[in-house]
Amino acid sequence: MQKILIKNLNLWYADFHALKDVNAAFEDRKITAIIGPSGCGKSTLLRVLNRMNDLVEDVRTSGEVLFDNGNILSPKCDLVSLRRKVGMVFQRPNPFPLSIYKNIVFAEKIHSPSTPRSGLDEIVEESLKAVLLWDELKDKLHKSALSLSLEQKQRLCIARLIAAKSEVVLMDEPCSTLDPQSTAGIEELMRELKKKYAIIIVTHNMQQAVRVSDYTGYFLLGELVEFGGTDKLFTNPKDKRTEDYITGRFG
Amino acid sequence: MKNSKTTQKIAFFFLLLATLLIILPVGLIVVIIVVKGLPAISWSFIFDMPKDGMRAGGIWPAIVGTICLVAGAVLFALLIGVMAAIYLSEYARDNLLTRIIKLAIVNLSGVPSVIFGLFGLSLFVVFLKFGSSIIAGSLTLGIMVLPIIIAASRVALESVPHSFREVSLSLGASKWQTIRHIVLPNAIPGIMTGTILEIGRAAGETAPILFTVAAFYLPHLPGSIFDQAMALPYHLYVISTQVPNVDEKIRYGTALVLLILVLFVNLVAIIVRSKFRKKKKW
Ligand SMILES: Nc1ncnc2c1ncn2[C@@H]1O[C@H](COP(=O)(O)OP(=O)(O)O)[C@@H](O)[C@H]1O
Ligand SMILES: [Mg+2]
Repeated sequence: MQKILIKNLNLWYADFHALKDVNAAFEDRKITAIIGPSGCGKSTLLRVLNRMNDLVEDVRTSGEVLFDNGNILSPKCDLVSLRRKVGMVFQRPNPFPLSIYKNIVFAEKIHSPSTPRSGLDEIVEESLKAVLLWDELKDKLHKSALSLSLEQKQRLCIARLIAAKSEVVLMDEPCSTLDPQSTAGIEELMRELKKKYAIIIVTHNMQQAVRVSDYTGYFLLGELVEFGGTDKLFTNPKDKRTEDYITGRFG
Repeated sequence: MKNSKTTQKIAFFFLLLATLLIILPVGLIVVIIVVKGLPAISWSFIFDMPKDGMRAGGIWPAIVGTICLVAGAVLFALLIGVMAAIYLSEYARDNLLTRIIKLAIVNLSGVPSVIFGLFGLSLFVVFLKFGSSIIAGSLTLGIMVLPIIIAASRVALESVPHSFREVSLSLGASKWQTIRHIVLPNAIPGIMTGTILEIGRAAGETAPILFTVAAFYLPHLPGSIFDQAMALPYHLYVISTQVPNVDEKIRYGTALVLLILVLFVNLVAIIVRSKFRKKKKW
């Protein structure tokens, strides 16, 4: 099932044409990887999907991004509900300087301030279980989230999205600050999460794309050069430029 | 080679000398005031009404007056200052209006304090008919400290990492919710430090309260914010220059109380700030 459909998407930062006529579809309960050299527009694409580019001044878009039967680029799009449903995990793990508990219930407290304590407790337990942190952290929920290890922080950030009831999880190089072992842990978690969520991951690391993703898109200079099943794209690329990149003959 | 070493030594010596010269006046002021003022300090000096045309008795009404004035000024300046800082840091776009506002703030901080006094006289005392009163004095002092409070608040708000705002917004929080729940709580220690340092300044200023609140001699406590009140800096000025034959002990005692009040407040600011720095880990 298609979760997000992108049609003829263009994006400009002032005069700079950062995304050029992008067409793609992201499937629910699958992991889609986006690869490409630095500066080609991967993060920009992700940030279109939850309208975080609105924070940048002088951004223009054209085309359509269909999600939940609506065009999220339309001015009528309800940003609050969009951003709840399409959550983002950032490159640097960035928990709030609050307790573990408060980090997780942040979205719930903002969106439904009347949720009783027992409801919040339940959310915390469920979300931490989903990211396999519950056993480690259940006795220190009220400790500062800043005291966690990097991997734990990144897991906590994912738990925060689960608690916000996200349906799509955008991940922008989520493992680039982690060591190989933590990276393997997060990848394992992604495989677990895709049973329920649509995951779109930007990664610098082609092996990671091969390891975790079902679909892959290759970006170059703002253009989606090739998009398709991961196996196919890596073993039998259609485009010469993709082939050059995956075989390391790029640049 | 040898030559440059001697030059360096000489330069170092003069730099050290200049630095020591900074400590000297501070040290001397404290020493003189403590030595001359300490004998005056007693329970009754602090908690009694002045008597005998201020040549005897205590300075309690002046202490209370100063505390009321400063509390009112800070409350007012915080309320307006933090809101203005939030607007300028979080909402304002860089346009003509914003630039005019920022220019006004910069200029406001350059206005001599006696001008604030005259302004307070004409606006609060006369035009708004508050009369010479605590509220008029507080508002005048409040406006005087406003630019610094705004500046400190802006620095504090802007030092909250951008990534926190981004995450909060990405979780569907509105801009205001982000400010209210993430930015402001993390900025409060910085805002508090800036504010507390201004308390010292507000407590010590004479000119702004001269025309707006200060009573020459009022041997009872103010009953409401629309009453006149005595205040420590003005009281000090009065007993030093306007009333003949005031014992030196009383003058320096009054100065010592004012000094201790201000230093105590600054000490609190330093403690708050160091606690804040220790806690801050991002
Ligand atoms: N806020 C911005 N303003 C102007 N240009 C930007 C902005 N953000 C990104 N860009 C430009 O858009 C291009 C794509 O950036 P980005 O999406 O971050 O690339 P990637 O994530 O693939 O490394 C880059 O050339 C970058 O310089
Ligand atoms: Mg990027």
